[in-house]
Amino acid sequence: MRERVAIVGVGYTSFRPLSPEVSFREMVFEAACRAYADAGLEPDRVGTFVAVSEDYLEGTSIFDEYVPDQLGAVLKPVQTICQDGITAIASAYLQLATGLFEVALVEGHAKASNVLYPAHIEAFAMDPVFVRPLGLNPRFVAGLEMRSFLAQTGNTEEQVALVVAKNKANALKNPLAAYPALVTAEDVLASRPVATPVKELDIAPFADGAVVLILARESVARTLKSQPVYIRGIGWMQDTPNLDQRDWSQASYAELAGRMAYRQAGIRDPKEEICFAEVDDTFSYKELQHIEALGLARCGEAGVLLSEGYFLPDGPLPVNVSGGSLGNGYLYDASGLRSVLEVVLQLRGQAGERQLPDVRVGLAQSWRGIPTASGGVIILSNE
Amino acid sequence: MMKPQNARGVPLKDEDLKVGKVLTTEWRVKADYAWDCGIAIGRYFDGLKEGKILATRCRRCRRTVVPPRIFCEWCFKPMDEWVEVRDTGRVNTFSVSYFSWDMTPLEKPEVPAVVEIDGCSPGVGFMHLLGEVGDNLDEILRRVKVGMKVRAVWKPADQRTGAITDILYFKPEEE
Repeated sequence: MRERVAIVGVGYTSFRPLSPEVSFREMVFEAACRAYADAGLEPDRVGTFVAVSEDYLEGTSIFDEYVPDQLGAVLKPVQTICQDGITAIASAYLQLATGLFEVALVEGHAKASNVLYPAHIEAFAMDPVFVRPLGLNPRFVAGLEMRSFLAQTGNTEEQVALVVAKNKANALKNPLAAYPALVTAEDVLASRPVATPVKELDIAPFADGAVVLILARESVARTLKSQPVYIRGIGWMQDTPNLDQRDWSQASYAELAGRMAYRQAGIRDPKEEICFAEVDDTFSYKELQHIEALGLARCGEAGVLLSEGYFLPDGPLPVNVSGGSLGNGYLYDASGLRSVLEVVLQLRGQAGERQLPDVRVGLAQSWRGIPTASGGVIILSNE
Repeated sequence: MMKPQNARGVPLKDEDLKVGKVLTTEWRVKADYAWDCGIAIGRYFDGLKEGKILATRCRRCRRTVVPPRIFCEWCFKPMDEWVEVRDTGRVNTFSVSYFSWDMTPLEKPEVPAVVEIDGCSPGVGFMHLLGEVGDNLDEILRRVKVGMKVRAVWKPADQRTGAITDILYFKPEEE
């Protein structure tokens, strides 16, 4: 049987709207130092490094060359992938599972505040021939998708607004979060329309921050002082880039990535077997869409369950107890790593004031943002 | 003998694109950034504004580095102290470039060089330009040698902005 892989160290900065006091290198250094200390490892024990970055968000082409110094990775095998954070974990996981390395490090960060015209960068991700010439603000994609999702599933705009209220309130108990607040569904519904039915408060605001995770094969994990959290399953999936050919109502990428991860973890009924989940909520409706795609609620039921308190921290299946991206801030491709961080802290019993009782199996799911239909799913367990 | 049809294609002319005989789409991206300098580079730039080159030192690795950083990438510990180093050094390597960064041909070539700064560890220094070394390749190659001693030529104090360009260039220095 293949040796298991565990997350043995987590490091992070707080997440904040601006971070002029540190360069991206200094921010990542802080997160990396914490991860090494948490794992009880020196950098020379790490055999392979995987980072996520996107040149257009860093403002440097071939940004991957700028990765090693602040991770202790000078003259080490380093790979930077242009995908979301959970896909980076999948890459590190595979490198360990092959037996080639014993310890791996995964890094993701965002200096979103340094990107002066983020809408222009998002627009640049659109198809240059068919979509860009229409001159639309890229958030129209979320508007199209939310309307289709509501129409096809019967979930309502009011229920979607409750996601924002829940996640921002959850973030009040998360000292790392950038945007905790008490807002009501009415506040969300009354906020400025951006691309209807998406309104201003439905959108996770940008944040700066860094997350570093250290992974190890079980034989090494058992020798370390930190409590290992095992990767039970991991999946990643990519849908078509063509806006006119995708299924607008369903998050097919999340459904299929979830199935891939569930199969590895031996999970047959996610609703019963997953204790809590951190799912992508870059836009509030995405949380409900992802919950249904992952089989954590039946199609069309997520909104009703939410309004009955099912996904609250004291409900049967807490979702985004960390505050999600709506409460913590959107960290671009590091957002998935922030979700994994929360699952690890909860499974170790280190989530402080927001600690969930008796959790054994947690799920984290990521989406790569507009205009993509891709993302990853990871199942973690403390057993 | 009959010439075979279509044996050679018709070359595309710039004009064909301009008049729309061949269709393309165009897009200009507004990719503008404001990078946070943070602790190390922020203080480095403050130093340059005052006409000083500041470095950081790691006592474990016995290493003094410029541009400074707050951590040592060798031992991965925070740096121990800030030190001011001299504005002189030696040419580690250089090139003579006839094109500017955007490929505009230059009448007078530029001389990019890595300058090892005096007071830093061997091999440590930064990228800059050499000046007062001649106007053409022959002159430059006669004057500039690897290992040659150089000194910074600074902008006047009231024109410095806290940037790497506060040093205009490095010029040859008598041994």
